[in-house]
Amino acid sequence: MTLTSETVPVQGAPADALRKALTSQIRPSRPNPLTAVRVSAWRTMRKMKHYGVAVVFDVTLMPIIFLLTFTYLFGGAFAGSTKEYLQYFLPGVLVQTVVMPTVYTGTSLNMDITRGIYDRFRTLPFWQPATIVGNLLGDVVRYVLALTTTMSVGLALGFRPDGGAGGVLAAMLLLLLFAVSVSWIFAALGVVAKAPETVSGTSMLVMFPLVFTSNIFVEPDTMPGWMEAIVDVNPVSAAATAARGLVHGNASGADIGWVLLACGVITVVFAPLTMYLYRAKSRD
Amino acid sequence: MSSQSTLAIETSGLVKNFGETRAVDGVDLAIPQGVVYGVLGPNGAGKTTTIRMLSTLLTPDGGTARVLGHDVVKEAEAVRSRVSLTGQFASIDEDLTATENLTLLARLLGFSRAQAAERSEELLEAFELTDAAGRQSKTFSGGMRRRLDIAASLVITPDLLFLDEPTTGLDPRSRGQVWDSVRAMVALGTTILLTTQYLDEADQLADRIAVIDRGKVIAEGTTGELKSSVGTGALHVRLVKAEARPEASQLLAQALAAPVFQESDPFALSVRTDETERVARALAELARSEIAVSDFAFGRPSLDEVFLALTGHPAEDSTATQEDAA
Repeated sequence: MTLTSETVPVQGAPADALRKALTSQIRPSRPNPLTAVRVSAWRTMRKMKHYGVAVVFDVTLMPIIFLLTFTYLFGGAFAGSTKEYLQYFLPGVLVQTVVMPTVYTGTSLNMDITRGIYDRFRTLPFWQPATIVGNLLGDVVRYVLALTTTMSVGLALGFRPDGGAGGVLAAMLLLLLFAVSVSWIFAALGVVAKAPETVSGTSMLVMFPLVFTSNIFVEPDTMPGWMEAIVDVNPVSAAATAARGLVHGNASGADIGWVLLACGVITVVFAPLTMYLYRAKSRD
Repeated sequence: MSSQSTLAIETSGLVKNFGETRAVDGVDLAIPQGVVYGVLGPNGAGKTTTIRMLSTLLTPDGGTARVLGHDVVKEAEAVRSRVSLTGQFASIDEDLTATENLTLLARLLGFSRAQAAERSEELLEAFELTDAAGRQSKTFSGGMRRRLDIAASLVITPDLLFLDEPTTGLDPRSRGQVWDSVRAMVALGTTILLTTQYLDEADQLADRIAVIDRGKVIAEGTTGELKSSVGTGALHVRLVKAEARPEASQLLAQALAAPVFQESDPFALSVRTDETERVARALAELARSEIAVSDFAFGRPSLDEVFLALTGHPAEDSTATQEDAA
């Protein structure tokens, strides 16, 4: 054999460092589930930080385009004046703002699974669902950024919340809860999909009817009965109604109750389903 | 540390099917601790599937496997706590920096924040990534990514490390760095099972090798054993002058007591032999008769030849690394 390679015996600093690194005998006990969730959420937030302003741009571009076109194109026709329409429409856009980026939870979960880091996670001793839960919670930062941006643009355009700052805050909190619940749907999709593109592609099939067959844009009074029935049961309508009520200071307990119920039902169905699918996946 | 008498890996009749395909078809292995063990085979031979079963990522469909004395199915947790896997495709988060990747894993393993920071720094230094610590790993070269991936497998020093094709697609320099780390790790007591389709890699690193083809182990032993199972070694001589070949041929035939082959290259001669001392004397004879030799090589057959002899087909994708093989 005359095989040669460029290997030279390692010496000096790297060899010593390697020796030091390899003789470490730290064997900590497994982290508790809460720590694991916190660490996973930290990871999601670090990733967002690396993306920088692109994150905000990504999630608020669409809602702002909707806000501007609907208000100035159809506002007068829908509600008599653009200013009047904005008071009705803005809380709806807030719902759209938080619901649209819930897809990210699914795509980033799917990316973990299809790109290999999932294999690494699976061999670690922590509570496995922590990666999913952490991902969901880390995404709350995204929703907060999106909500604040859309709200600021709304205020600049002349939106005036009768419920004051307290009402706006309450509406945002409710919508955050709603977004986290909806993101379980996409988390489930993220686990079963073969590729991240499948998640974002399929998501439009869910997102489009969910957002448009709602009362985000117009009051359902003028719709045909069957459509009105669909709009009424759509949880997005419930969220929009409650958000509208909270920002204008006239939400009823029932309005809020419906949203909480929707959040509960979605979470109870999709959270365990996601966990089940995730575990099933690990058994190949 | 468990006693050295416990085998690092012991499998019997290991089987894995994917639909109709039998990816692993009755693999038996007995690998002692403290060695580098090479699993050599072409693409699709079942190397990765075997390694994934041994690291508990896949459940076997048949047979048994014990890793460091623990059953991979019934005692998966115990296996996981002592082994680590560096897969064929980097299992790191490309959006995160090198430091963030290592910190994340350390925290998920139960390190405190301070411990995690310290450990990341230690590992980055060990794998010469300190300068790139704050860069997103998607900007890394293939070699750096691979090193980070190996570092990520060592957050807790494993007793057994699986390396699945650790140098596939790397440039020679990065390859050398990975080899150095492997040698250092085994010197410090970690058992390493590596899969490779590069014959010279197995030759350079592994104490023992299993040759695997179509899901079956078709040969097992030290590189030396495998080579001698195929045949004897050979002396190859290349002369400065082609005219000197008949005389050289006669001298070599006498000195080695073996037939001399005139190769198609008019300057080259070869003799099949295993006798090192006679070879040395034969070369001295040539010098004494003032026959100038431009180069010579003496060795047993290359693993390339071994592979060909065992499987009946050459190892795929290995041509690029084999241009100097005898």
